[in-house]
Amino acid sequence: MSNPMPTPVLQARGLVKHFGHVVALDGADFELYPGEILAVIGDNGAGKSTLIKALSGALIPDEGTIYLNGTLVRFHNPLDARRMGIETVYQDLAVAPALNIMENIFLGREIRRSGVLGSLFRMLDKKQMMNDTVRYMADLKIGIQSMSQPVGTLSGGQRQGVAVARSAAFAKNVVIMDEPTAALGVKESRMVVELIRQVRERGLPVILISHNMPLVFELADRIHIQRLGRRVAVITPDEYSMADAVAIMTGAKEAEPQLAS
Amino acid sequence: MSDALVHDRSQSGWERIRRNITHFLSLPGVGPTLALLIASIFFATQTDKFLTGRNLSLVVQQVIVVGTLAVGQTLVILTAGIDLSNGMVMALGSVIMTSLAVEFGVPPAIAIIIGLLITTAFGLLNGSLVALVKLPPFIVTLGTLNIAYAVTRIYRTTTISNLPPAITFLGNTFTVGETAITYGSVVMIVVYLVAWFVLRETSWGRHVYAVGDNPEATRLAGISTTRLLISVYGIAGFIYGIAGLLLVARTQVGDPQAGQTANLDSITAVVLGGTSLFGGRGSVLGTLIGALIVGVFRNGLQLMGIPSMYQVLVTGILVILAVSVDQLSHRGQA
Repeated sequence: MSNPMPTPVLQARGLVKHFGHVVALDGADFELYPGEILAVIGDNGAGKSTLIKALSGALIPDEGTIYLNGTLVRFHNPLDARRMGIETVYQDLAVAPALNIMENIFLGREIRRSGVLGSLFRMLDKKQMMNDTVRYMADLKIGIQSMSQPVGTLSGGQRQGVAVARSAAFAKNVVIMDEPTAALGVKESRMVVELIRQVRERGLPVILISHNMPLVFELADRIHIQRLGRRVAVITPDEYSMADAVAIMTGAKEAEPQLAS
Repeated sequence: MSDALVHDRSQSGWERIRRNITHFLSLPGVGPTLALLIASIFFATQTDKFLTGRNLSLVVQQVIVVGTLAVGQTLVILTAGIDLSNGMVMALGSVIMTSLAVEFGVPPAIAIIIGLLITTAFGLLNGSLVALVKLPPFIVTLGTLNIAYAVTRIYRTTTISNLPPAITFLGNTFTVGETAITYGSVVMIVVYLVAWFVLRETSWGRHVYAVGDNPEATRLAGISTTRLLISVYGIAGFIYGIAGLLLVARTQVGDPQAGQTANLDSITAVVLGGTSLFGGRGSVLGTLIGALIVGVFRNGLQLMGIPSMYQVLVTGILVILAVSVDQLSHRGQA
């Protein structure tokens, strides 16, 4: 691991966050490199979700700094992070079932028609959005016939596909996936695994938060282990076993010093 | 995928037709429209007086107030809310408009604007309590229903008459062929068309559906659901003001007792029109059909000489049918 690394896409230094007397983040560091899938694992209360919330703008850390492509950034809300090209896919399938695929993909980012129809009458350019939707879904090889069918008629895996397609379409820098398979069955989870690979294929780095160890070890290039509010280790699936990861996570085993530095 | 294809080929022609018919019936607005057509055909066979331009114009006359209120109600219900206050807010608006014009010599145009501002303010109050204080819409609007009623009655207990023509101009008619049509009917149709366009073709409209469907997903998509909900209730309030103006035009008085059952009547129209009380699904044109269904049933049964309580009975049965359909289709999709 001594080979020179490129500039991290997303980096955090010494993040601290208190909730009353509880210390959720206690000087946590973080790095995400271009084109990688980085899994973030940790026991409950390790500060995993607080870390992710800080990186996606959902909360503001008390101390510490975040860099995007080497530049210092401050997110005041999730919209700030989104504007800087950081998109999040949520575990609970954050889609609107009565709206169709196109409307879900463009929810909150609708394209208006050009000219008076758009500026004065605020008309949406449904044709343009439909064409883009077909392309986004094809990019991720999601085989759904009609983009005008309500998302409620899709399977759980397909719905997550819509959510991933939306994030991948608008993320310029990072896609964060928060327990993307937690609400899905085995077969559906396989579909999402493929989706995550497709996103990486397109050159977008992915932060994958998951409790699902086999999934983490299958997908991740590197694994960030969070414990007691800090990063205690970064390991690779080749060098460590799942048992090692769990041991480091729970504190039963010390991390190798070189990576904790 | 291949299963479906094989299945398709083995299907007989009849089966395919049957499936297409089922699909057609499940399209939004088709059920209510069919119900309206069947009811109209039924009444046309029962009485000669039903299918005349004069009578149909009367039906529209009878539904314009509730029909207009129901546009605001549709917006609110699409967000998975409900507005019990609309009839009382409308009554307050109409009393303010007429009282200012008749008793305080305010120019009618200004009186109308003040009335519209007050109903809009009530809508904004509803929306703020729902979106900012996060109270259930049912409770909020039950409260503002009582507040609007009390304010109206404290302000006036008697009707205001001798209205200036400028405030009742929407009751005037123009004729198409033999049939006299009021400007009020045109206003109602325009309100429907504008609402239909906005809901279908603009971001705001799609966000109204989204917030009723999945508020969390809408918020996560970066939409301010607070601002959205306040705007929905506010616009609904403005529409109740228009309904108040139509009420004044139709009755030619400002009546503090008006609109007491209009909230439930407007909900009836929305539900009959196929809009889901769970939010996120439905259409404002369906509501127009729903309002017309109520109007046609009342009018038709009346022409047949059936006592008015039976009209209420039929309306009740229709509402339960419509909500059952909604419940069943919702279960199928969730």
